[in-house]
Amino acid sequence: MQAKTTILSLPTEEFVHPGTRACTGCGLAIAYRVGLKALGKNTILVVPPSCLTVLQGLFPIASTKLPCLNVTFASTAAAASGILATLRAQGKDNIQVAAWAGDGGTSDIGLQALSGAAERGENFIYFCYDNEGYMNTGVQRSGTTPIGAVTANTPFKGKLQQKKDVPAIMAAHNLSYVAACSAAYPLDLFDKIKKCMDMPGTKYFHIHIPCPPGWGYDARYGIKVGRLAVETGYYDLYEIVNGEFKLTAASEKLVEKRKLVPVREYFRSQSRFKILTDEQIAEIQSQIDAKWAKYYKKDE
Amino acid sequence: MHIIENGNVAAALGVKLCHANVIAAYPITPQTPLTEKLSEYVEAGEMKAEYIPVESEHSALAVCIAASSAGARSFTATSANGLLYMHEQVQWAAGARLPLVMCVVNRAVGAPWNVWNDQQDSISQRDTGWMQIYCSDHQHIIDSVIKAYWLAEKVSIPIMVCYDGYILSHTYMPFDVPDQEKVDKFLPPFRPEYALNPDEPANLNTVTLPDVRMDVKGELAHGYMEIRYLLHEEMRTSLTVAAEGEKRFADIFGRGGDPYLEPYLCDDAQYVAVSLGSLTYQLRVAVDTLRKEGIKVGVMGVRFYRPFPDEAIAKALKGKKGVIVYEKALSYGYEGALVSDLKSALYEYLSGTGKLPVVQNFIAGIGGRDIKTDDLTQTLRDATKGRVSLQPVWIGLKL
Repeated sequence: MQAKTTILSLPTEEFVHPGTRACTGCGLAIAYRVGLKALGKNTILVVPPSCLTVLQGLFPIASTKLPCLNVTFASTAAAASGILATLRAQGKDNIQVAAWAGDGGTSDIGLQALSGAAERGENFIYFCYDNEGYMNTGVQRSGTTPIGAVTANTPFKGKLQQKKDVPAIMAAHNLSYVAACSAAYPLDLFDKIKKCMDMPGTKYFHIHIPCPPGWGYDARYGIKVGRLAVETGYYDLYEIVNGEFKLTAASEKLVEKRKLVPVREYFRSQSRFKILTDEQIAEIQSQIDAKWAKYYKKDE
Repeated sequence: MHIIENGNVAAALGVKLCHANVIAAYPITPQTPLTEKLSEYVEAGEMKAEYIPVESEHSALAVCIAASSAGARSFTATSANGLLYMHEQVQWAAGARLPLVMCVVNRAVGAPWNVWNDQQDSISQRDTGWMQIYCSDHQHIIDSVIKAYWLAEKVSIPIMVCYDGYILSHTYMPFDVPDQEKVDKFLPPFRPEYALNPDEPANLNTVTLPDVRMDVKGELAHGYMEIRYLLHEEMRTSLTVAAEGEKRFADIFGRGGDPYLEPYLCDDAQYVAVSLGSLTYQLRVAVDTLRKEGIKVGVMGVRFYRPFPDEAIAKALKGKKGVIVYEKALSYGYEGALVSDLKSALYEYLSGTGKLPVVQNFIAGIGGRDIKTDDLTQTLRDATKGRVSLQPVWIGLKL
């Protein structure tokens, strides 16, 4: 087992210049910065329109120091396939291809291309940074927006449907590696990337990304909000290695502790959940408890 | 070497001779035998290429776009709704200035579903920033694929090689397969100005402002408008480059000559039928019949549709009494796209000269409706007697 990376052992080389166009307190800025450190210099990136397109800057100035192909919304994983095919044709086997797409670009419009690439076993890492909505276009609901969240197009009732479980969909493709991470736990993200880089086929990462303007909290509390999602057992950090599911990092510790922070605290930390009633929160709490009862049982 | 094969095989052989090294495709009739053939070449080891069987046409072109951005010579082919599904990527490839070659095996678009031939699919992509070549026989198909790679890579603009579904794709004809050495002489290896690589990072196709903007060194970089202007301007210049390519091709292979037009008995003709694709050759039969009746008609195939060879067309049709444009597609609510473009060229070059021909428009073969040579002969005969209608006339309509 590889040693856990700490803030002291994290590589100092930066691939994202300071002064990006990300919003203040953007969770993606953290995940991207640390993620690229793990991927390293020999990487080609693929990015569809999303917050990341904005973060990376306006032509002719870019904040990312790695080669990056900006592609159409639905084509991320297919474009990654095209780069991989070219690298094979050129006999270059030391370059990592990594796609970074938002949750709309993954769970909605990009799902077909992603499923196709995963089924073909394309050897690349796909990162879905999940800020739970179309934040770049002004906070509209996506497939991964959670139930109860008020968005620009679910303005009064909040989203009425469940969050789409994209990692489970990807795991159903029998991938060598699927991981759920959070911008609030960047070192866990770093270690997971390092762990899977030499695994075959498509590797899928789902990263929970707190978003100050989209979620409605003071920009300084992003890490706190992201951690609350994990500490309440609402969003779990895990990995699925060749089909084997395992909680990791803070979520793994929660199994030992046998104690979750009440999910109410997570919901009350953000204005997007303001319409959730006590009854609705209690209902979600019981779903979380049932999910964790299974984790506890597995641990016994 | 002369062989007898179908049009799809002619295209596949052209792609193979050009050493395309990334191929992506999704099945759609009548394109399928072309891409199946390529998968055969690759699996049998006759062709050193990566073949990506993608899950959609949108992804097929995405693979080609990315492959080309990373330095590969890439290829895809499609038809009808497959091309329409690609539309976003079609525009993207042109804006990104990637020298892709794509065969469009022309087929009618839905709704309602129809698998037969017309040209609405590629005509609907006229304004995407791709060059378009229309082929009239199998020799044209294989030669056009080879010329297309040369031209596309010379000017960094993608190109569609269009040929009629079934009429060309599935029929067998003798044609010459060029020698590999000659093709290699004609077409140098693909060396893009920039290809994605970690040693020289660049952020491609990123958000570009309406106005120009300074880079980190203080030099002005293009705005969106400049980038798009250059696409247009360099596509216009491609007409000249295509002529160079044609000459180079003729020198090496001993055939070809006119890159834009394919005239038949036009020199002394008073009336000229104009068309795209295989219909051009069918019209030759009608012309032969009318010539025997003493009517001075000719036919002119338009091989290059974008960039539009306006000057060459105006020159060829100057002083003719009538021009009759036969089309297998139209711009709904007006008339055929080709006739509009052609009239515009004639007006531009010939208005005020007294040599402006009367132009008429016939729509034929929509959704694969049989085009009878007798109908072509009759409509052409009628058109030489005077204007049939101010509106496009649909041949063989049964209402």
